Amino acid sequence: MSRTASPFWQGAQNGLPFTLMIVPFGLLFGVVATEAGLNLFQTMSMTVLVIAGAAQFSAIAVLADHGPVLVAVATGLAVNLRMAMYSAALVPYLGAAPLWKRALIAYGLVDQSYAAAIQKYENTPEMTISDRLGYFGGFFCTLSPFWYGSTLVGALIGSAIPPEYALDFALPITFVALVAPAMRSLPHIAAAFVSVVVSLLLASLPYNLWLMVAGLAAMMTGAALEKWMKQNG
Amino acid sequence: MDEPIATSAIWTVIILLGLGTWLIRFSFLGMIGSRQMPEWALRHLRYVPVAIMPGIVAPLVAWPAATGGTLEPVRLIAVIVALLVGAYLRSTLGSIIAGLAVLYSLLAIVY
Repeated sequence: MSRTASPFWQGAQNGLPFTLMIVPFGLLFGVVATEAGLNLFQTMSMTVLVIAGAAQFSAIAVLADHGPVLVAVATGLAVNLRMAMYSAALVPYLGAAPLWKRALIAYGLVDQSYAAAIQKYENTPEMTISDRLGYFGGFFCTLSPFWYGSTLVGALIGSAIPPEYALDFALPITFVALVAPAMRSLPHIAAAFVSVVVSLLLASLPYNLWLMVAGLAAMMTGAALEKWMKQNG
Repeated sequence: MDEPIATSAIWTVIILLGLGTWLIRFSFLGMIGSRQMPEWALRHLRYVPVAIMPGIVAPLVAWPAATGGTLEPVRLIAVIVALLVGAYLRSTLGSIIAGLAVLYSLLAIVY
């Protein structure tokens, strides 16, 4: 019975612990969108088409505030700009896939699927391109029904999980867990450190722009230190 | 509540945000495809996970919404444990389990 699971099933299994973490987030979105005045079909359309929690919350907040439509769109897009970096970082691993498969991957490119996939790809260089696609697909197919489903439940029952359960903190722990194994060299640790410091310093910048600045500063730190260590090590 | 949000505004936001988000996600993956990227670009992209995720987490830890925005030791300790266990074991699952275990046992003791 030493048969190894297919990449799709490995991805599906690795997605399981993250399902737990997105449910409170999805429930809350269902509740908030309904309270803002979206009907069930609109709430579900948004959650399926946009599939990016933080951006959905930001856009709804602008709309509920009777802000202009284009400001709501721009705010949501600014929150999602980080995904351009995910897209670029996946090119060396998935760039050779057919265009329609890359288009599907793009739909499923969320924080969790990106971080889990890149960790798997870096640690398993012998994966073929179809292995990589399979892993990504398996992970996303486990995760997405929980996102759609929890939004639906939130919109129908209209009450979020009470704060005593501290589920607000599932998300930070998920993200820490996704990058902790990558803390394997001095440049990685330095980059993470710069990211933390800059994001805290610039947290008052609007539209999540602090995250872009922190991310770029951290990438430059990591890359510069790596180069310097190669030249001087 | 004052006047409801116009249906047309809701649908415009859903469609434009959905389309725009997909374009952001597709951008490099779609345009570059299998062409070789320069070494300096690859060197920067290796640090995307450790550059973005800590930046998302740091404000959530420093000013958690659930505590009204004040730093709280239980949440801070839970994140530090998740980080150390994850880095030491090189395991995402181990990190999640350790972080949640510490979070809930400390919350049960303290409150």
